[in-house]
Amino acid sequence: MIPREFEYHAPKSVQDALGLLAQLGDEAKLLAGGHSLLPMMKMRFAQPGHLIDLGRIAELKGIREENGTIRVGAMTTENELIWSKLLQDKCPLLVEGARLISDPQVRYKGTIGGDISHGDPGNDHPALMLALGASFVLRSAAGERVVPADGFFVGTYDTLMKPDEIMTEIRIPVPAPGTGYCYAKLKRKVGDFATAAAAVTLRIRGGAVQDVAIALTNVGPTPLKARAAEDSLRGKPLSDASIVAAAGLAMNICDPAADQRGDAEYKTAMAGEMTQRALHTARERAGR
Amino acid sequence: MAASTDTLERESKLQGLGSSRLRKEDARFIRGRGTYVDDIKLPGMLFGAMVRSPYAHARIKSIDKSKALAVPGVVAVLTADDLKPVKLHWMPTLGGDVQAVLADKKVCFQMQEVAMVIAGDRYSAADGAELVEVDYEELPAIVDPHKSMTPDAPIIREDIADKDNVGHGPRTHPNHIFTWEAGDKAGVDATFAGAEVTVREEILNPRVHPCPLETCGCVASFDKPTGQLTVYLTSQAPHLVRTVVAMLSGIPESKIRIVGGDIGGGFGNKVPVYPGYVVAIVASIVTGVPIKWIESRIDNISTTGFARDYHGVGELAADKDGRIKALRFTALADHGAFNSHVSATKLPAGLFSICTGSYAIPKAYARVDAVYTNKAPGGVAYRCSLRVTEAVYLIERMIDVLAQKLGLDKAEIRRRNFVKAEQFPYTTALGWTLDSGNYHGALDKVLKAVDYDGLRKEQAEKRARGELMGIGISTFTEIVGAGPTKVCDILGIGLFDSCDIRVNPTGSAIARLGTMSQGQGHATTYAQIIATELGLSSDEIQIEEGDTDKAPYGAGTWGSRSTPVGGAAAAMAARKIRAKAQKIAAHLLEVGEGDLEWEVDRFKVKGNPSQAKTMKDIAMAAHTSNLPDGMEKGLDATEYYDPPNMTFPFGAYVCVVDIDRHTGEPKVRRFYALDDCGTRINPMIIEGQIHGGLTEAFAVAFGQAIPFDENGNHLGNSLMDYFLPTAVETPHWETDHTVTPSPHHPIGAKGVAESPHVGGIPCFSNAVVDAFAHLGVTHMDMPHTSYRVWQQCKALGLNER
Ligand SMILES: Cc1cc2nc3c(=O)[nH]c(=O)nc-3n(C[C@H](O)[C@H](O)[C@H](O)COP(=O)(O)OP(=O)(O)OC[C@H]3O[C@@H](n4cnc5c(N)ncnc54)[C@H](O)[C@@H]3O)c2cc1C
Repeated sequence: MIPREFEYHAPKSVQDALGLLAQLGDEAKLLAGGHSLLPMMKMRFAQPGHLIDLGRIAELKGIREENGTIRVGAMTTENELIWSKLLQDKCPLLVEGARLISDPQVRYKGTIGGDISHGDPGNDHPALMLALGASFVLRSAAGERVVPADGFFVGTYDTLMKPDEIMTEIRIPVPAPGTGYCYAKLKRKVGDFATAAAAVTLRIRGGAVQDVAIALTNVGPTPLKARAAEDSLRGKPLSDASIVAAAGLAMNICDPAADQRGDAEYKTAMAGEMTQRALHTARERAGR
Repeated sequence: MAASTDTLERESKLQGLGSSRLRKEDARFIRGRGTYVDDIKLPGMLFGAMVRSPYAHARIKSIDKSKALAVPGVVAVLTADDLKPVKLHWMPTLGGDVQAVLADKKVCFQMQEVAMVIAGDRYSAADGAELVEVDYEELPAIVDPHKSMTPDAPIIREDIADKDNVGHGPRTHPNHIFTWEAGDKAGVDATFAGAEVTVREEILNPRVHPCPLETCGCVASFDKPTGQLTVYLTSQAPHLVRTVVAMLSGIPESKIRIVGGDIGGGFGNKVPVYPGYVVAIVASIVTGVPIKWIESRIDNISTTGFARDYHGVGELAADKDGRIKALRFTALADHGAFNSHVSATKLPAGLFSICTGSYAIPKAYARVDAVYTNKAPGGVAYRCSLRVTEAVYLIERMIDVLAQKLGLDKAEIRRRNFVKAEQFPYTTALGWTLDSGNYHGALDKVLKAVDYDGLRKEQAEKRARGELMGIGISTFTEIVGAGPTKVCDILGIGLFDSCDIRVNPTGSAIARLGTMSQGQGHATTYAQIIATELGLSSDEIQIEEGDTDKAPYGAGTWGSRSTPVGGAAAAMAARKIRAKAQKIAAHLLEVGEGDLEWEVDRFKVKGNPSQAKTMKDIAMAAHTSNLPDGMEKGLDATEYYDPPNMTFPFGAYVCVVDIDRHTGEPKVRRFYALDDCGTRINPMIIEGQIHGGLTEAFAVAFGQAIPFDENGNHLGNSLMDYFLPTAVETPHWETDHTVTPSPHHPIGAKGVAESPHVGGIPCFSNAVVDAFAHLGVTHMDMPHTSYRVWQQCKALGLNER
């Protein structure tokens, strides 16, 4: 439980951090809250020679709204998300999701950018980002690009982000007023990752589903966007029967790995159950 | 009237027996001022890091230390070959077997100790450990104890393959450790053959681990010039460790000092002597500098004293009214790769023979077969007096199974079988004499408190709606306080315990005991016993344990033995002092001893209460020349207490659980626990112990297990998977009590700390099974995780909408 020796760097700006990344190359790892990286280093699964701590870079912090988009600095912690009045008012799904991440200790240190960058299908933010239609700002010495969440997650611990890039910001289109939402997460105890979870946003207009997004956590090598389930609901009234049918379609795309939380059958069934619960709650919360 | 108010006031000032005085230990713990082993820092200290086996069963072909030795800061790499010259590569266990200190030619469980890297700090030690290159040849592993004794089973312990006995009778297979039996087999068989009803169930107590907050570790410090060995060590039984170390090392026991310090939870995990301790001691003897070795959490869960792994079969024979006529319980015990199962020489299966429980069962037979597997050694840990949890789990589950078979209510069947209050002391079919009890009274009080009939009515309504609600009952009898030396010993040493009290001239006192607190609050409660016996304020009575240079010899704290044995020693030592004090008082008051009577804190002359001497007066007098002729100075006494019998605490618990049939999540809605531990020393501490024990019972019932794959690889040995409930998951506990004193204990007290664990686990399981009982389910094995409960729902088609 002791990591290999490493050098610690604490740049004050994204520019300096990028400079260090370029200079140190593969030997370096970015350090955010450390709650995914440090356990891996202590188990010696990860053995970086250099850690570049992003914790002192002020420009990576903060939550603001600009032209209908919520911009969240990558180094914003889970608790800062939970405490944000702006998010509580305009993007309560993110608050609900963050509250279900791990335990208070982790939520004081863990960051939204780290949670997304890590590429762990057990993490909650990736599915939340899919459900919210978010995009990510990635900066490198060569410049900046904005990548949509949908398509960003490639495989377990694998994303579209390149080793010379830093995620600086998360952009979330402000959900339309009256958007129903829910993050339904089944876990064994406080501090546990999801057995299965479902993130839902839902707009109902004139008695029919105008738009819906459904994304699943920890039931595949990446977070999963349940497209067929979404399609089955769009344009039609939402009924108990259509919810059950949509959950069935969501289950079809699950490919979970068995572990102590359960086998593939149970996790798939729980993805269906969480999808149903999230849709029911989102329906109750949606304006008509 | 005035006199009695005054007496009461003086009595309450003592904060003696029955007072909920605050724990004396907490002032330092809540300030972060505890001193745990890892807080010990000695000049020049080096650190040891263990190299552990990645395989469950493999031959060691070679070990290359060169890369590790090249790491800056690494001083030495020790392997079995290095320990051989001092004959310390193997050690005796507390179970009559031997255990490899460092793997000798082969490894027999995953994460077994293979080498220790010694370095200047723990970081370079860890770096070095990673670079020790061990060449293994993997062998087939045995994980399932049912496969240990098949004809073609690989032999796990080649070192003892041709021994026909490893301390507990004949062996029938190289992987067989012992077979233990008790009771009247023929009589039981005959009763079963002619019985109106019989029931049988296979019941598993899975392998679990108590997971104390502080892991195991030590700092060993050998001083070459004096030949003195001091070891700071996480031990619940420091004196036993000292004896083992003396036997192992050849150092005179008088030159060995074991210091317990503050222990961050033990639960039986800290009774055995572990390889890490021994290697650290050897390394210190060789290098002449102190060596620290501290386990990681994963090391702790994977390699040190686990609990249970008992694969039981329960059978009851009864008449059609549910009166039990005979009991037949057997268990296959998985002891892992070495038999380090702490057990009294005559009781290799511990106290499993308490399995007749709270019931008057005329005939009983019990048998345990213990075998080796390729898993870590241990077996008796976890808030359980040596296999009592397994025994009580079997009887408390089986009586429910019988009730279901007969269509009887689960409370009613217990009433029909209880030992009656007037039958005590009651000798069971397996030979234990239950000291005292009132089982009917306890159960009735609990059923009334929870409105049992109302709960059953609610359950019937819910069942009609397809909802799952379970009501669990457990009416257990514990056996604690090992124990009478004629039946109980470890390594030949009787399980008495001791107390040495010295009263100072100004009337304060210090008492030292052979037990060892690990959070139980001994410094608080022992002082209360002595306060009441001596009439001195508990605030002025200092309690010390755990330093073998100071405390008298004792077997330590485990098996809820501190109050039954150590507490009795404290009371008896205090009584010796009071007897001397009475002589001094008579001398000072110039009356006969028989003219005096004791009142709270003083001896007074009968019929002339103004003539009195307080214990404080007497303490001072004892240090002057004004003593009866020929009397020794001082006011001290030592007692070595050999209990005449075990004590038998009991309780009645009820649990209500609701189950989500779509996710399988069980939710404990209510838990009501009535405990009877005889005389209550400190009600607040008792309640704390009950809360802790119930929480650990909840953990075992609903989540804990140490899972392996078929090759013996661990599948869940960190806190990510190993279930330690937080305040969020833990149910609300309602506690209650009755008081039925032990007739043979000097103050009538019994142990209590293990009762809630022993009695709680079956109560939870009974509730979960009861939720499915109307659908024909008679048993479900633990842990009742959502996943496993969902599988039961699915098998019954309940998960569908
Ligand atoms: C006990 C426990 C339980 C947990 N439970 C949950 C849970 O239920 N749900 C959940 O979602 N998470 C959970 N986590 C993970 C936790 O939320 C982590 O904090 C999170 O996954 C990573 O964020 P971090 O800020 O700690 O990143 P770090 O651990 O510091 O970094 C993680 C990875 O991301 C990279 N990285 C970090 N920031 C950036 C950036 N700005 N740009 C590019 N790369 C970056 C790092 O180089 C590293 O590879 C748990 C963790 C623990 C210890």
